[in-house]
Amino acid sequence: MKSKDRNYFKILRAGINSTYQDLGRNNLYHIGIPFSGAMDKRNFQLLNSLLQNDYNSPVIEFAYQGPHLRYFGKDIFFCISGNVSFKIITKEGVIDGNSYQCYLLKNGDEVDIHSTNKSVYGYFSINGTFGVDYYWGSCSINTQAQIGPNNGNKFSKDLEIEIIDINNSFNKRKLDYLGSTIENIRVIKGTNYDYFSESSQNKFFKESFKITKLSDRMGMRLEGPKIENIVDPNIKSEGLVKGVIQITSAGDPIIMLSDHGTIGGYPKIATVISADYDRLVQLTPGSNIKFKDVSLEDAETLYKLYQMETNNIISQIK
Amino acid sequence: MIKNILNLGDAALYCDFGSEVNQEINSNVIKYFYHIKKLNLKGITNLTPSYNKLIISYDLNIHSFLSLKKKIENMEIKENNKLEKNLIEIPVCCDNNFALDIKRVENKLKLKSEIILERFFSKNYFCYMTGFVAGMPFLGDLEKDMRLKRLETPRVKVPKGSVGITEQFCNIYTFETPGGWNILGNTPQNIFDTSNQSNPNLVNPGDTIKFYRITLDQYNEIKR
Repeated sequence: MKSKDRNYFKILRAGINSTYQDLGRNNLYHIGIPFSGAMDKRNFQLLNSLLQNDYNSPVIEFAYQGPHLRYFGKDIFFCISGNVSFKIITKEGVIDGNSYQCYLLKNGDEVDIHSTNKSVYGYFSINGTFGVDYYWGSCSINTQAQIGPNNGNKFSKDLEIEIIDINNSFNKRKLDYLGSTIENIRVIKGTNYDYFSESSQNKFFKESFKITKLSDRMGMRLEGPKIENIVDPNIKSEGLVKGVIQITSAGDPIIMLSDHGTIGGYPKIATVISADYDRLVQLTPGSNIKFKDVSLEDAETLYKLYQMETNNIISQIK
Repeated sequence: MIKNILNLGDAALYCDFGSEVNQEINSNVIKYFYHIKKLNLKGITNLTPSYNKLIISYDLNIHSFLSLKKKIENMEIKENNKLEKNLIEIPVCCDNNFALDIKRVENKLKLKSEIILERFFSKNYFCYMTGFVAGMPFLGDLEKDMRLKRLETPRVKVPKGSVGITEQFCNIYTFETPGGWNILGNTPQNIFDTSNQSNPNLVNPGDTIKFYRITLDQYNEIKR
């Protein structure tokens, strides 16, 4: 490709954990490869809807601080989802951008994504397609197993983000959406619930737990009342799924997130319901959470309601 | 063969084949795993076999717990369904630089290192499952006098290729990762190949593994 025909971003600052993500890769747990994919699926979906991209188009996910990008190429639109502060730097000046609005970028313009506000993950994409390689049907980067484009590594300074396709019939769109927060994380009791003393079972649902800094795409470690195991601190290793809450030998809960190890040997006290997953991953270290027990039937209904709500938000894009 | 099916959260079936760990129960898990995998059912997003459990993850937009549970319960698995079993030979070098825990194992088992390694290499091992990290095989069983607990404090980084033992099991670290198994050696062979998308795992559940000992020169030769 001749350089004058290229459309690309150059990374001036990579941000803390910037990667390509899509909906992830499935049917690989049995060989030890987790789903991966965008942590906050709703914001992933909103972004591709706003940009009129295919529903599973690759986006750039960032955590806490996003990348600072300089654009080279023909006119393009970009959009950011999540609760994010960013600036757009053009020859005319610098403006503060708003999430869920599309902005025009010309050759030489920059986007500086300062931070996510009271949340962890944000998403960036364009009205087009990034040039990414696919591994087992997904371009999601799993840095732990080094699977995905960019040799499975997070972005670094000076990396160039290729754009292989721009949708020229795109119309600028926006959405008024303030995001969705949650006070209690709803869970279903786990397969080893009876491994824990009655008083610990009560504490698990009555007291609050603090999210620690030891939280990333693999898991979220919590701190709070110690959960006392009265049977065995280990089980024979078995499969895990996203949202499972294991209790470590030290008595602390750890929640499995999108890049989690596929099997584990700690007892499972509960599992976060699918409807609350997107909002759980956005909680920052230092936040306190409480768990609320729901039935399987309620969890299935709550998921349907959550999906309807997402579709309703998408229908408000104009 | 399945004793009980529970839910693991709201989007996975937890199929319990028993509480013990042995090759008979595990073979049943693996039979179900391959049978369901071959059916290629819409909305099944993952199958995770382990020693004595099979977890079936599904898309909540397509399945609900009760209907999928019924489907699995009514499944007929032919008893004579033969498992695909490969014999895979894997070279291991037990040079001092690689056998990180040989001294600890000598002390705990009260056996000389040469005896430990002789016993370790004299047996074939069965692959119960793969996972935790990509491609890591969980193998067994070690003889009763070869069994010991994991390290009191796990290593933050176990080198890629390390071959370790704990309890009745041995495994191969396919990536550098934290871990607490007793390391006896290192294999130069790539156990997980990211570039081979159709078959990235060298070892799969049901396979038999034969470790054979190599010198440091041979190790470096293969590694080159």
